[in-house]
Amino acid sequence: MGSQPRYQSWGRFPAAAPVGVQPLRFRDQPLPRMPGSVLPVGNGRSYGDSCLNNGGYLLATRGLDRFLAFDPQTGLLRCEAGVLLSAVLSLTVGGGWFLPVTPGTRFITVGGAIANDVHGKNHHVAGTFGHQVTRLELLRSTGERVCCSPAEHPDLFAATIGGLGLTGLITWAEFRLQRIANAYVQVERTRFSHLDGFFDLALGADRAHEYTVAWIDCLATGKQLGRGIYMAGNHAAPTCEGSPKAPGRPVSIPFDPPLSLVARPTLRVFNELFFRKQVRSVQSGLEHYAPFFYPLDGIDQWNRIYGPAGFLQYQSVVPLAVSRDATREMLRCIAQSGQGSFLSVLKVFGDRAPAGLLSFPRPGVTLALDFPFKGRSTLRLCDTLDALVAHAGGAIYPAKDARMSPRMFAAGYPRLDQFRRSLDPAFSSSFWRRVTGAAA
Amino acid sequence: MSQRVLIIGATSAIAEAVARRYAAEGATLFLAARNTGRAAAIADDLRVRGARAVQVGAYDATVTDNADALVATAWEALGGIDVALIAHGTLPDQAACAASAVLTRQALVVNLLSVIDVLIPLANRMESAGHGTLAVIGSVAGDRGRQSNTVYGTAKGGLAIFLQGLAHRLAPAGVRVLIVKPGFVDTPMTAAFPKSALWASPATVARDLHRAIARGQRVLYTPWFWRWIMLIIRLIPTALFHRTRL
Repeated sequence: MGSQPRYQSWGRFPAAAPVGVQPLRFRDQPLPRMPGSVLPVGNGRSYGDSCLNNGGYLLATRGLDRFLAFDPQTGLLRCEAGVLLSAVLSLTVGGGWFLPVTPGTRFITVGGAIANDVHGKNHHVAGTFGHQVTRLELLRSTGERVCCSPAEHPDLFAATIGGLGLTGLITWAEFRLQRIANAYVQVERTRFSHLDGFFDLALGADRAHEYTVAWIDCLATGKQLGRGIYMAGNHAAPTCEGSPKAPGRPVSIPFDPPLSLVARPTLRVFNELFFRKQVRSVQSGLEHYAPFFYPLDGIDQWNRIYGPAGFLQYQSVVPLAVSRDATREMLRCIAQSGQGSFLSVLKVFGDRAPAGLLSFPRPGVTLALDFPFKGRSTLRLCDTLDALVAHAGGAIYPAKDARMSPRMFAAGYPRLDQFRRSLDPAFSSSFWRRVTGAAA
Repeated sequence: MSQRVLIIGATSAIAEAVARRYAAEGATLFLAARNTGRAAAIADDLRVRGARAVQVGAYDATVTDNADALVATAWEALGGIDVALIAHGTLPDQAACAASAVLTRQALVVNLLSVIDVLIPLANRMESAGHGTLAVIGSVAGDRGRQSNTVYGTAKGGLAIFLQGLAHRLAPAGVRVLIVKPGFVDTPMTAAFPKSALWASPATVARDLHRAIARGQRVLYTPWFWRWIMLIIRLIPTALFHRTRL
């Protein structure tokens, strides 16, 4: 049953109230004139405040959900910005085409994937979502419609990829899909007992895998610091057709628990079980793509487990040269703080140059964490982590951020001034005002 | 065989959601709409989603005497029609209509008379073909006259009676007539209303509607609970009803 869509971010912190929400339904509509700033919003899966516009207006883009063209010979797809990645998969997987890059949820819009220049487990071979975009149309507040690509208006194109919706409204985009033989992934899981084990796997011969990512037990300390499970996968070969079943209907968290269900004791048990459930040190098998890429999409509204206070995501990247020390230091801080993270993920990014001026992925090692929001102590831990990241010459991911300082943002995004030249003056967001001090 | 589907008012949110279901089945569609540019954007989408072929034609419900031509064009383009969905309409401003007979008449033209205009040629053609389904979007508002929605309710209530008679006439010919009565649907037509748990998405209504056509149903309340809500509303004694602001 439908009800009023909520306009809060996935982390549910901070709270924000738009003055108004303008739903868009046709891409030929002119940009509605509003008395305040506007921000396009997709499916609200950004964690922090980059999808919020407190005191301003939102342009709800989910109604722009049409396909324009799909070439089943070349895999080139053109669609409106509000199309969900899940809709793309439903359309194309049967015919042997898959998303070229996918984040950990398929419930995001194509516009959101571009505006946050999302990445996935194959960054080291494919780059980001933005690298796959061949063309897009931008509707500016002047009323002008600009077709952007690496060849046409390249400055505006580079600003719009990872541009957080601040360069205008993306009405449609065109991108390339990748060929697959079937819906399955050949997965190999390897247990490692400390952080060096991760680096040995990630930097070793294993770069042959298309998809790689590691889960880390961030409660482990001492000799076990940084222990975890390394997951590597490839799209299955044609002969692998068959066995694993597609997942059924998602289960749902149907209500808001009054407290966060993620606390240190539950987390300790979960992490221990997750680490131990794998008996052999290396385990391999065939999986349907959905549980491999989207383990949490099987639980509707999983963000509710953190209770009404919500949670903070924290994702950083540090240069490869200093990554061992920096990551070890960060894990030590987290273990000491007693603020457990449920999903701690470590990955080595490839060395492809970023697609956008404000793209987060860059050569180095990325660590993603989430913390139940406990007020000042959580914020203090994040500040400590920021200092370590800044010292290492790294950056924080805007799509997951709700609290970094303007200085931290500027340090991580040296092309910020170049980006400002492509800003649309009518567009703004809570995030943008927070990290730049811009007026509402 | 690929179903041949005519949709009038094809840019409405409910109609588009229904069209996607037919497209996924490989249907051949003819989309009639006032804004043919937008209908063309929908046609492109339906082709990608699996429609065998999609054509677009202009239809303006405020103009009389273009219904026969539209039906003839669509009938010829599709080579006969298996399903016709009539989905165009507006939500008139009740206060403005109460103050103006002209506005009331205009609202009745768009929401009632123009629908009958297309139903007559469609019914005649389907009757001779001995086959087809006429599906028309009515409303729960047509189930009882209410002060807050009198003109819209009149149009939809009148439509319900017309369709009842049409269904009676066409039954021997094997032609089905379905009236769809959605409750609150979250569409651009209702964008200004605050939403509650009673509101349904166009996709939900489309799923019910598509299934009701396949099953040969005659009346569809969607979502299902509106049948019971409207039963209660119809049963409220007049003396009591007049004390409400429904």
